[in-house]
Amino acid sequence: MKSRLFIAALLAAAPLPVFAQDFAVTNATLATGDGGAPIEHGSVIVRAGKVVAAGAGVAVPAGVQTVDGTGKWVTPGLFSAVTDLGLWDVEAVTDSNDMSAEKSPFNAALDVAVALNPSSQHIAVSREGGVTRASVAAFNGGSIFAGQGAVIDLGADAAIVMRPRAFQYVELGEAGARLAGGSRVAAHTALRNALREAREAAALTPGAQRQGDVLLTRADALALAKVIDGSQPLYVGVERAADIRSVLALRAEFPKLDLVLVGATEGWLVAADIAAARVPVITMPMRDLPATFETLAATMSNVGRMKKAGVKVAIGMFAGMDQPRYAPQQAGNLVALTKMPGATGLSWGEAFAAITSVPAEISGFGGKLGVLAPGAVGDVVLWDGDPLELSSAPVEVWIDGVKQPLDNHQSRLRARYKDLDETYLPKAYDW
Amino acid sequence: MRRWTSLLALGAALTLAGQAADAKKKDKGAKAETPYASTYKAYPGRPTALVGAIVYDGRGGRIENGTVLFENGKVVAVGGPELAIPAGYDRVDGAGKFVTPGVIDIHSHLGVYPSPGVDANSDGNEMSSPTTPDVWAEHSVWPQDPGFSRALVNGGVTSLQILPGSANLMGGRAVTLKNVPSRTVQGMKFPGAPYSLKMACGENPKRVYGAKGQKPSTRMGNFSVNRQAWIDAKQYMDGDHAERDLGKDTLEGVLKGEILVQNHCYRADEMAQVLDMAKEMGYKVTAFHHAVEAYKIGDLLKANDVCAAIWADWYGFKMEAYDGIPENAALLAKQGACVVIHSDDENGIQRLNQAAARAQASGRRIGVDIPDAQVVGWFTYNAAKAMGIGAKTGSLEAGKMADVVLWNGNPLSVYSRPEKVWVDGAMMYDAGDPKRKPVSDFELGQPGEGDVK
Repeated sequence: MKSRLFIAALLAAAPLPVFAQDFAVTNATLATGDGGAPIEHGSVIVRAGKVVAAGAGVAVPAGVQTVDGTGKWVTPGLFSAVTDLGLWDVEAVTDSNDMSAEKSPFNAALDVAVALNPSSQHIAVSREGGVTRASVAAFNGGSIFAGQGAVIDLGADAAIVMRPRAFQYVELGEAGARLAGGSRVAAHTALRNALREAREAAALTPGAQRQGDVLLTRADALALAKVIDGSQPLYVGVERAADIRSVLALRAEFPKLDLVLVGATEGWLVAADIAAARVPVITMPMRDLPATFETLAATMSNVGRMKKAGVKVAIGMFAGMDQPRYAPQQAGNLVALTKMPGATGLSWGEAFAAITSVPAEISGFGGKLGVLAPGAVGDVVLWDGDPLELSSAPVEVWIDGVKQPLDNHQSRLRARYKDLDETYLPKAYDW
Repeated sequence: MRRWTSLLALGAALTLAGQAADAKKKDKGAKAETPYASTYKAYPGRPTALVGAIVYDGRGGRIENGTVLFENGKVVAVGGPELAIPAGYDRVDGAGKFVTPGVIDIHSHLGVYPSPGVDANSDGNEMSSPTTPDVWAEHSVWPQDPGFSRALVNGGVTSLQILPGSANLMGGRAVTLKNVPSRTVQGMKFPGAPYSLKMACGENPKRVYGAKGQKPSTRMGNFSVNRQAWIDAKQYMDGDHAERDLGKDTLEGVLKGEILVQNHCYRADEMAQVLDMAKEMGYKVTAFHHAVEAYKIGDLLKANDVCAAIWADWYGFKMEAYDGIPENAALLAKQGACVVIHSDDENGIQRLNQAAARAQASGRRIGVDIPDAQVVGWFTYNAAKAMGIGAKTGSLEAGKMADVVLWNGNPLSVYSRPEKVWVDGAMMYDAGDPKRKPVSDFELGQPGEGDVK
């Protein structure tokens, strides 16, 4: 519980947004992120960086600046769960990439918060796409433990980290097996051993020595102590139905584990078990190929079927070429499935929730992020149409009530090259 | 999290190297007329009239309440509601729906990098020499790749070009396939499609071979190796062919204009250099692939009649992709250059229509408004044209192959999917009939066999 108190103290100490303005968006199609259908002629009011009202028939107090949303949509900012935002400039330029550390002696202790770069173009481009919050994962280097991820905001300011060390990430399944030395057996043994060492390390009195047969560094063991007592969620990368069952079974030995499944491509085959265990899932829904032997049953209906069985499912895992700004397209495709015979999709509201409120809830920010409701942060996106539709894009983005710049390297390039006229000067002078 | 990034766009050069192969096998035997010839035969179809849908013909035409007639594998007529439906035709009601030509992907690695993506199936890059124009992708294609079926049912893909990867400057010959399952690759080969040579400039070849301590290790090395290969090929072409060279056969085909060139290239300045190399050596580049900076030289591409086959908005994953922008396609179209939307990805191929719609929307937001009917051409006719099959498919015109998709809504909407797909007039997919879709050998008896995917 120590760490939770610490986090609360951090949040309380966080400076209020400097330029937060009171504003209202009125007469727009309103999607609050709560899973319900969009509301026509809806309004949102933000004061002091927080949502104070959202709905139809909301009266705007005098003196609050109003943005006319006629013909537009207004929504909470998107929440991108388990992503790589802020960890690279060019993914394949390794000097610029902090996703993973193959040669580090540390694993579970690794903490992405120290590396996150709010000036990353990737963040700026995602912000332009309506993404306002994210959980950034550590990526596996030489161990099944990737390290600790952070929850961030994408505001154009220096304060990027909202909650450091928000979760630990462990990779099981095929990839975990390779990292652990060659088999799933080895991965599970490594996991159990690590948790045992963590328990022992945490119980040591100051100055006491650890036992001899340790594999983890002290830093790694202490990091995992938070996983054992459930104060830090454990995100588990796993795909195959059988592997999911093995993960759920961990609770019998470690009852306080706060598990989140990442991937779960065959989740639909064990959906009832996942639901009964009340373990949420973060997945990339459009994967429908047997890309590996652990995803043989892949189908786009995975999300819909799990949801129907009572599993809390978020869309996420955007990394590399799968950009966070593609989340609405993935969600929209799940709506498309509702028209396909034999397929299981999501309603519009459910699909939109899967990229806003649901990932926020899984990340520990239910009611605060990914929703437009009183008390939630003032992350508001005004879209030029249905946000899940391919033709739509944000026209305004606010984070913590602060209107955000939407410029970036891409927008500057497109401005320069909108024409190819070099009659008087080279293109290099066009800026 | 573990890295999910597709290795293909990074040039598949990050995949395990070490395939030892004799790159240049010489064959003194007589040149067969059509080796590995297509044995593809269209499956039986019924004379069909699609009526009442909005029809995009793939060449910029749009017909409200349209009628599309096809019979014996060929489009018979395309018109409005006034078009008479001959006796004996099945009538398919398309009210509220859309009809397009079959979707075509000019850049796919299905079959050569199939699912499951295990090392044993990794056959897309012959990374043993920087120039391997002697290898043919069709000799690597695994026709049981489940990716073909997903491309058909979710993407409406009826034809596709399978390319070697981009580790090599000259990666080998591509093959064009009909997306109809077959026990053999020959049974999928698009009859009469020309071959293409896959070339690659930029980071991949110099990285792969530079890492081995050999040429090329720089961009200038890339050009040097290429130019010498062309010079050697010209000498071969002018010779007596007493000793056959498989690689030079391919290059000779390019120099004679019989084989097209599909050139992986990202940066604008590098594409301009390649165009000059083509002039110097006497060949033509048909399309630049990936071409994330094509928007910087739309005028040059138009003047040289070269297509840009691109993603909607991939960027930033490697240095030469740093200047990718979502407006690439729209700006090219504005400049009058040829735009093709490609996938290079087993997932992306299922949503080429959606990628095109995203690219269109990005253009519209900066005031470059490309009409829907033209955008449909980005993933149909323009692809066919750049693959050398534009006279046979890619558009709905009388006499052409009846490769047709009936969509349950606007194909440029995220909410739409193929409802029925015909290849050469044979219905190969019907969303309403669970059995009218292909299931590969690999998936039989596995969890999820025959599931909606």
